[in-house]
Amino acid sequence: MEAKEIYGKLERRFPGKVSGFRGDVFDPCLNVEAPSIVEVCRYLRDDPETQFEVLSDLTALDWPKENKLQVVYHLYSYAKRHQIVLKADLSRESPPPNIATMEGVWKAANWLEREVFDLFGINFEGHSDQRRIMLPEDWVGHPLRKDYVEQEEYDGISTERAPLVEKLLR
Amino acid sequence: MQPLLNSLPETVFTTKVDDLLNWGRASSQWYMLFGLACCAIELMQTGGPRADLDRFGCVPRATPRQSDLMIVAGTLTYKMAKRTKLLYDQMPDPKYVISMGSCSNCGGLFQVAYSVCKGVDKIIPVDVYVPGCPPRPEALTEGLLRIQDKMMRERWLVKAPKVNKTSEERAGT
Repeated sequence: MEAKEIYGKLERRFPGKVSGFRGDVFDPCLNVEAPSIVEVCRYLRDDPETQFEVLSDLTALDWPKENKLQVVYHLYSYAKRHQIVLKADLSRESPPPNIATMEGVWKAANWLEREVFDLFGINFEGHSDQRRIMLPEDWVGHPLRKDYVEQEEYDGISTERAPLVEKLLR
Repeated sequence: MQPLLNSLPETVFTTKVDDLLNWGRASSQWYMLFGLACCAIELMQTGGPRADLDRFGCVPRATPRQSDLMIVAGTLTYKMAKRTKLLYDQMPDPKYVISMGSCSNCGGLFQVAYSVCKGVDKIIPVDVYVPGCPPRPEALTEGLLRIQDKMMRERWLVKAPKVNKTSEERAGT
């Protein structure tokens, strides 16, 4: 199925919930309203025409100027050999940004969501085990946020470094 | 042994014992397997048949309690830094540390990353720094020979001459 057809199908099934289709890029993508992301994904997985049985990636983007965080879902179907990218926008200001977990649709979302929680601080509601996955438990902040500020020290280890590059530039 | 430590006059006999002790230690440095990143590949290569660390009596150990030497090979993250300190504390004295490669020397290529420790010397004392990204097996072997030199200069029975001079003393001589 072409990405455009998938989009048309979603538009008919979920009017007003999907928008912003882009087919001229390497990975065709579309926007989904954040509250309905789970039902859209469940539909895409279960529909015999789409059969997206794989969540190949789940990640996020930070857009500080537009004041939004974007959760990105890469779906793939081995049966149909097609793919689509879904994006869900969240406001940066409602701390912490909330979105429903995708664990009930694809089990693989568990660790991917933990990674996004770890690095972006997005809260996945209903997640069975929402802990940091890569950084230590006592880490402060979410480093892939654009406004992340490095701490002076971590666990007594100074994070300071000799300014090698400045020396070179001088 | 304890009352004898650093108490005897410097005679030929005791000096020989010291040298014998040091020679024994220097020729059987068991190093802890501590590969953290790509430097570990060169570390394996150094232990392999071509560079052959075994000819200096170096045997890799998988536990800190049997090791004399820690070769920190690779990028050290803060998460690992805590564990590194713990493993270092578990090694029996006397213990030595080689910092292998740019990453463990100063953070190297990844030093602007949020998660990378800017040098292993921020958490444990380092005896020899081996530069390179990664260092060739020859470079690591050289580092090991420097550790051997350091061991051979140490004194256990005779009154200890100052082996580790401070930087001011070194500047004075």
